[in-house]
Amino acid sequence: MTDRAPGFATLAIHAGAQPDPTTGARATPIYQTTSFVFNDADHAASLFGLQAFGNIYTRIGNPTNAVLEERVAALEGGTAALAVASGHAAQVVALQQLLSPGDEFIAARKLYGGSINQFTHAFKSFGWNVVWADTDDIASFEAAVSPRTKAIFIESIANPGGTITDIEAIAQVARKAGVPLIVDNTLASPYLIRPIDHGADIVLHSLTKFLGGHGNSIGGIIVDAGTFDWAGSGDKYPMLTQPRPEYHGIRIHETFGNFAFAIACRVLGLRDLGPALSPFNAFMILTGIETLPLRVQKHSDNAKAVAEYLSKHPGVASVNYAGLPEDKYHALARKYCPKGAGAVFTFSLKGGYDAGVKLVSNLKLFSHLANVGDTRSLVIHPASTTHSQLDDAAKIKAGAGPDIVRISVGIEDKEDLIADLEQALSA
Amino acid sequence: MNHDTYPDDYIRGILNGVKVIAMVGASPSEIRPSFFAFKYLVQRGYDMIPVNPGHVGKSLMGRPFVASLADIGRPLDMVDIFRSSQHIMPVVDEALKLSPLPKVIWMQLGARDDAAAEKAEAAGMKVVMNRCPKIEYGRLSSEISWMGVNSRTISAKRAPIPTQGMRLSLNRTSVGGGATTAADRAAKDRSDPT
Repeated sequence: MTDRAPGFATLAIHAGAQPDPTTGARATPIYQTTSFVFNDADHAASLFGLQAFGNIYTRIGNPTNAVLEERVAALEGGTAALAVASGHAAQVVALQQLLSPGDEFIAARKLYGGSINQFTHAFKSFGWNVVWADTDDIASFEAAVSPRTKAIFIESIANPGGTITDIEAIAQVARKAGVPLIVDNTLASPYLIRPIDHGADIVLHSLTKFLGGHGNSIGGIIVDAGTFDWAGSGDKYPMLTQPRPEYHGIRIHETFGNFAFAIACRVLGLRDLGPALSPFNAFMILTGIETLPLRVQKHSDNAKAVAEYLSKHPGVASVNYAGLPEDKYHALARKYCPKGAGAVFTFSLKGGYDAGVKLVSNLKLFSHLANVGDTRSLVIHPASTTHSQLDDAAKIKAGAGPDIVRISVGIEDKEDLIADLEQALSA
Repeated sequence: MNHDTYPDDYIRGILNGVKVIAMVGASPSEIRPSFFAFKYLVQRGYDMIPVNPGHVGKSLMGRPFVASLADIGRPLDMVDIFRSSQHIMPVVDEALKLSPLPKVIWMQLGARDDAAAEKAEAAGMKVVMNRCPKIEYGRLSSEISWMGVNSRTISAKRAPIPTQGMRLSLNRTSVGGGATTAADRAAKDRSDPT
């Protein structure tokens, strides 16, 4: 046996999956079952006590979901992963392992609008306090660190503006502060950026977007890089390091080594909070991942062509796409995602808010909806939708001002997309 | 031997080749990692011997505790040391006095003593440091994948039917060459005083 390491496309198809032992089924079966029989009483006790690897109940784990988990862990270069019901659920479950009431986490101000809402409002009721920092100003992250800081949260490519984050610089801040760096890698996908290679300790995804890729299934995932030194963190992270009464006093980090965080998310987070992913959704997302490298390359190539077209259009005031050489984030894009700057970006129209609303209604091929990372091209006016709950100043800070239109460029023929924009802009 | 990363073939060869394993530092407490590993290895068919002077007179899964390696009185294939790094050397010295010599010295996850490793290797023993045999067995059988863990192996062959727990499979292709870049970075970070 050789130890040659397979490439990304091979892992996208094979990692985690193996022909079914009993039937020989080649595609991963959908184990649409709530529960799994035990061999005997001792086997049952071993599973409940975390002494054995195996399946108990689909809220805690499921063989179809496990294939998805291993595949994404392999693509991201992590030690383990946990699939959950949505990207939002991934954020709740991951942060629940790190924060106690009264604790803080630092988050980049440029984030998906739904995350800004979740962090600002929903998490407040848990006593988790978000402190905002500016990704363009690394010092603002340093300045935000306090003794109660438990994590730093950023997006690799930020939604909606398509800006590229200097992951390595923020990873340095996190290491100095002794807290894990969490990177939401949804808009890049591991095909464009692998945040763990740049210092991330935890990677999150909304699987709903490019990983699933077909706009048919909601899902989320937490990837453990295996890099954070829980043992050396004292009693800062009791879910990982203190004896857990849920499991007769075991300490998760000493029992599970470099995949302890993923296990904590599963046995303390998912088990008790409950946002389990349906095995059917896991199957749909797995099928999507098999073509991830092909799709994301095409998405990025199309996006670049569309961005170039828009940047020359007289009705367009500006295009924010890091793949364009004149863009402010182009140098970071060349460093972090040389294969392409993703497919989600914004542009502003000279005609302001009204022109944005008009463009959206005139487009015939772009679908007007609140999602990104579908095979289909999508368009939205963030100020009136995804970011509508923010005040005007916050909208602008989040890259979602009133004149901004966001598009997620699909994998149709790029000539058709450009023709649709052309007719909609001149209508 | 490079002890930062191990080729999967090396680990697989050890786990397929050994039968009698003495676990130094085995604990009868059901919540200790050593208990988890001991029980798992018994269930996978290894002939396990618990070594812990503090528990002589008791037994672990029906196997009586002994105080030291010298008290075992029969040939060992592997000594699995469940002690922290500073307690490794005396155990290796004790193993070196056995005749015949054990074939493998295995130090648990988190434990590493390069000087002890060098001594054991000079005597012809194979050494593994900072790994858990349960995790490695689970990884190389892909059973650990049920917990969403990256086994770092792939296979297009039909998986073995897991009756009494999955068995070590010889036909899986290694993905990462046993390299755990992230784990190595963590280990490096730990020794970094900043």
